[in-house]
Amino acid sequence: MLADGFTWDLGSDLHQLFQFHFMVNAYRAGTVVAVVAGLIGWFLVLRRQSFVGHTLAIIAFPGASGAVLIGISAAWGYFGFCVAGALVIGAVRRGRPGEFSEESAVVGTVQAFALACGFLFVTLYHGLLEDVNTLLFGSFLGITDAQVRTLLAVGLGALIALAVIARPLRFASIDPDVAAARGVPVRVVSTVFLVVVALAVAETSQITGALLVFSLLVVPPATAQAITARPVLSAALAVAQALLATWVGLAISYFTDYPSGFTITTLAFAAYLLVHGARWMATGRHRLRLAR
Amino acid sequence: MSALASASGGLGDFFAHPFVQRALLAGTGIAAASGLVGFFVVLRGQVFSGDLLSHVAFTGALAALAYGVDARVGLFVATVGVGVGLGILGERGHAGDVVIGSVFTWVLGLGVLFVSIYTTSTAASDSTASVHVLFGSIFGLTAGQAVVAASIGVAVSLAVVAIARPLLFASLDASVAQARGVPVRLLGVGFLGLVGVCADEATQAVGALLLLGLIAAPAGAALRLTDRPWVAFWCSGALAVLAVWVGVAVSYLAPDIPPSFAIMATAAGCYAAAVVAGPRRRQAVRPRSPR
Repeated sequence: MLADGFTWDLGSDLHQLFQFHFMVNAYRAGTVVAVVAGLIGWFLVLRRQSFVGHTLAIIAFPGASGAVLIGISAAWGYFGFCVAGALVIGAVRRGRPGEFSEESAVVGTVQAFALACGFLFVTLYHGLLEDVNTLLFGSFLGITDAQVRTLLAVGLGALIALAVIARPLRFASIDPDVAAARGVPVRVVSTVFLVVVALAVAETSQITGALLVFSLLVVPPATAQAITARPVLSAALAVAQALLATWVGLAISYFTDYPSGFTITTLAFAAYLLVHGARWMATGRHRLRLAR
Repeated sequence: MSALASASGGLGDFFAHPFVQRALLAGTGIAAASGLVGFFVVLRGQVFSGDLLSHVAFTGALAALAYGVDARVGLFVATVGVGVGLGILGERGHAGDVVIGSVFTWVLGLGVLFVSIYTTSTAASDSTASVHVLFGSIFGLTAGQAVVAASIGVAVSLAVVAIARPLLFASLDASVAQARGVPVRLLGVGFLGLVGVCADEATQAVGALLLLGLIAAPAGAALRLTDRPWVAFWCSGALAVLAVWVGVAVSYLAPDIPPSFAIMATAAGCYAAAVVAGPRRRQAVRPRSPR
């Protein structure tokens, strides 16, 4: 795009990469988002709630486009709709202890309707149709200093809340019944966690777009948990992978014409495939040895 | 519907416009197929397979556009291929939601790549193409496309009706059906292939992101309204057709509202009304989902 092109002199590449302020801001925002998404996603995968993340992200799309329509920053729409959605999901869960029989039909309808609302708002806005692609698939162009500060402040808040509930949350995630018996307020902890997830989803949406949040929120933690079972190590690995996918993805996207949504998802997915492939090979060889 | 009645004056020359005729022709075929297929999708608990197919539809259509092929070729190859593949693999590995979600995301990421290839390769930077694939453009169909869409819709509906009896048996109790000689596996694979065709059809009407609503909402509403499977089956098809007709009419009367939104809002409204006013609070017949 604006760059002279990629060379094998990495020093001059880095110099090129950071010569424009928008790229510096993209890296700042990407770093904040990757750390927040890696840590919160780690709990999300542990609790097998990754589809909650998906649903919240889809709710974020009408939020963001509605905010643009009434003339306020899309960030407010992301945060407002995600947190409201998390509270609703938390409340609905409480009402129905058993498995609801047609849950998948409801989820499918709600998702499609939320996306349709987002499309309506974008159409009513009469803006460029390019905006739809930005909201859905993310863009690293034009991130302002104020947006980076907002991302940092909200991210820190979410991580502090996560740190407060981390121990009871881990207990409740691994064995909710025993945790409840030992006096852990499981309901409160899981609702607070949903709100924390909503904040993380809203942050991630602003970098990866509403449809691609999985690439930072779920894929890196899932890969890390496949590598090691030790909690601290795998959380650190998750953050490292999210950072790597974001940094390298942004760089590739800067030097080539490929969109950042594609490069970031592909890097995260490649790591996932690599780790699972290696595990599959290892168990296969092990089985072969046993058979002999 | 009250909107229809109160605004009937504005609907005077509704049928006179060729774009409305084409939208209704294509929309009826597409909706009938989606509603009938959707009944079994919901009954078999395969809504998330439908979700995956909708993501694949987006990527397939844009891949075809990026390489200069008709978008519908890409749609059909991608969704029918993935649908059949899903049916064959689905029995074996019980794929967790993380696996499905990771594949979803990557498929969409690929779609974004094709969007950028398409917009940079064509001189007339037509960036609205991806928006049309994502959210549909039922008023933009040509006469030829409308006829093809309607006939494929009719063909899918007939195919579903043809396999409906054994499929219902297999969906409600797979092991008994197998013992009675019903080819359960073949039916499952064939059915997901049909869902794939249906996804292509619906992509043209309401777009890849919203087709899940056209498949899930009428069927969910129908299953709320009645216990009897065949009544629910036909009711689901009828509700889907109704949603498309009302949606097209609303969008005609209020041009600011895109038809995809009006169709989805009607379908979701039917479902909400069925949940609130429906005679049954919970489903009596509840098969265990096969996946």
